[in-house]
Amino acid sequence: MNLHAVRAIYAFEMARTRRTLMQSVVSPVVSTSLYFVVFGAAIGSRIQSVGGVSYGAFIVPGLIMLSLLTQSVSNASFGIYFPRFSGTIYELLSAPVSPLETVLGYVGAAATKSIVLGLIILATATLFVPLQILHPVWMVLFLLLTATTFSLFGFILGLWANGFEQLQVVPLLVITPLTFLGGSFYSIDMLPAGWQQLALFNPVVYLVSGFRWSFYGHADVAVGVSLGVTVLFLALSLVIVVWIFRTGWRLKA
Amino acid sequence: MFRYPAAARYAERMHDILTIDGVSKTYASGLTALSHIDLNIRRGEIFALLGPNGAGKTTLISIVCGIVNASSGSVRVDGHDIRRDWRAARELIGLVPQELTTDAFETVLGAVTFSRGLFGKPADPCHIERVLRSLSLWDKRNSRIVTLSGGMKRRLLVAKALSHEPQLLFLDEPTAGVDVTLRREMWALVRDLRDTGVTVILTTHYIEEAEEMADRVGIISKGRLILVEDKAVLMHQLGRKQLTLELQQALTTVPALPGVAPDALTLAKDGEQLVYTYDREREHTGMAELLLALSEAGIAIKDLHTTQSSLEDIFVGLVAGSAAESTAAPTDAGALT
Ligand SMILES: Nc1ncnc2c1ncn2[C@@H]1O[C@H](COP(=O)(O)OP(=O)(O)OP(=O)(O)O)[C@@H](O)[C@H]1O
Ligand SMILES: [Mg+2]
Repeated sequence: MNLHAVRAIYAFEMARTRRTLMQSVVSPVVSTSLYFVVFGAAIGSRIQSVGGVSYGAFIVPGLIMLSLLTQSVSNASFGIYFPRFSGTIYELLSAPVSPLETVLGYVGAAATKSIVLGLIILATATLFVPLQILHPVWMVLFLLLTATTFSLFGFILGLWANGFEQLQVVPLLVITPLTFLGGSFYSIDMLPAGWQQLALFNPVVYLVSGFRWSFYGHADVAVGVSLGVTVLFLALSLVIVVWIFRTGWRLKA
Repeated sequence: MFRYPAAARYAERMHDILTIDGVSKTYASGLTALSHIDLNIRRGEIFALLGPNGAGKTTLISIVCGIVNASSGSVRVDGHDIRRDWRAARELIGLVPQELTTDAFETVLGAVTFSRGLFGKPADPCHIERVLRSLSLWDKRNSRIVTLSGGMKRRLLVAKALSHEPQLLFLDEPTAGVDVTLRREMWALVRDLRDTGVTVILTTHYIEEAEEMADRVGIISKGRLILVEDKAVLMHQLGRKQLTLELQQALTTVPALPGVAPDALTLAKDGEQLVYTYDREREHTGMAELLLALSEAGIAIKDLHTTQSSLEDIFVGLVAGSAAESTAAPTDAGALT
């Protein structure tokens, strides 16, 4: 195991984050605050509580998931796309670094960044609504798992994309709709029956549901199922990344 | 001569740090960049790979370094197959790519430290400082890479490759865009590396660079290795000499002289010079006969001097020759000047 390489990649990526600290932390905090003002205060006051939780508090886990997903995907995809684009990837390809070590460095850094962000948003949320976290360990577990899984997904995106448009189109056309339709702002059982069935094909539903359960003990789907689906997605993404590095698809001529 | 396989293998381990066996590469576009390359690089030598644009030099280097997949053939670095034993093979290799690909906002020191870590070496600030000083980059260590000039970026790439103390160093046009003084310094650095046992493979378009530095020279043209030879032997064998005679009176045609091959003579400088080309390895250069014949023909000489052909002349001659052999299609190989 080339731990020096993992550390080098991780440190390099974190340094990149630090250089862009303002835009990477401030903008999500501002936009989340806006969500609270609009949904929590303005609209939320007219919505009755969901499952015994005030609407403002109800949307907190969903909002955190929303930033967690978008940030994980964009951080990780950019982190590996840029070296491909600029050509500096030659060094990684020629180095004695395995696919797994590469993933640990890049995905680890992307996940770290979005977890920190998630925690900042959580802290911001406490300024607006009273929060309770029934299962803190599970909350952290879901946070970790989600950040890792979607950073890994973003990593694949960054390996696949052949241009900046492709890099942006997937988060815009896939991740954002899935998150909005994934129950960030409502409970699945508020949907009409047919839509409820359809929603179960959306992986984000499982994440948001499991995450919200760790806060309020109320879930749309069983927690075990949430966990299982997330781990499955993680494993699948990992297999794809290893395959890409083994074959050199999109990496080597 | 018969050799036992084991002995052969032992000999290889002792002498050859790199073994390229029947490597071919056809890109997805269908273009065959390399056809069946066999090449052994001896431990501790400086090997210069020469060839016109598009000959396949970078492709060959990229295959050895794991950046391009070979279509067929095998490569061993110090006995380690680059596919099966990739980690051991890659640890030994340093690469300075042809393209100036660097990060932008990272500092010089940060970039070089990163490279060392990536190659699995524990941090060693003293070594990094030595490398940066030897490349005149120490003063720039805290500068962001965007603020460096092209030549500095090139040297940074060299520093990155040296950061992890490679045994086998590839320099793909290391001195392109580097000014004369620094180029000489870089040559000295490469020689120092060789003295510490590092094997260096470099490609260059500056023939003087190969002439100055290389122990052996390989010439590649259109994906084929057309020649591998000790530089000294090469220059000795193929080196032609020219005798230039300054004439009292300009000639309009090459004079027919008895005992002198007419194609050995050419006129230059509007007929004011008569140039005689001869093979200096030949015992009989024919110079005496030429001078005698000239005086008998009444052609008076003001002055004379001899010049020796450089590696560049040899190179151009060879590549043009190989282009002429495969006259199927006129290609850019022939356009090399
Ligand atoms: N990724 C690629 N896809 C398709 N063809 C390629 C690729 N890279 C190189 N080639 C082609 O392969 C041939 C050899 O290219 P290569 O870069 O190895 O030449 P080179 O000897 O390094 O040339 P130069 O002196 O210009 O650097 C060229 O015809 C080039 O167009
Ligand atoms: Mg090249």
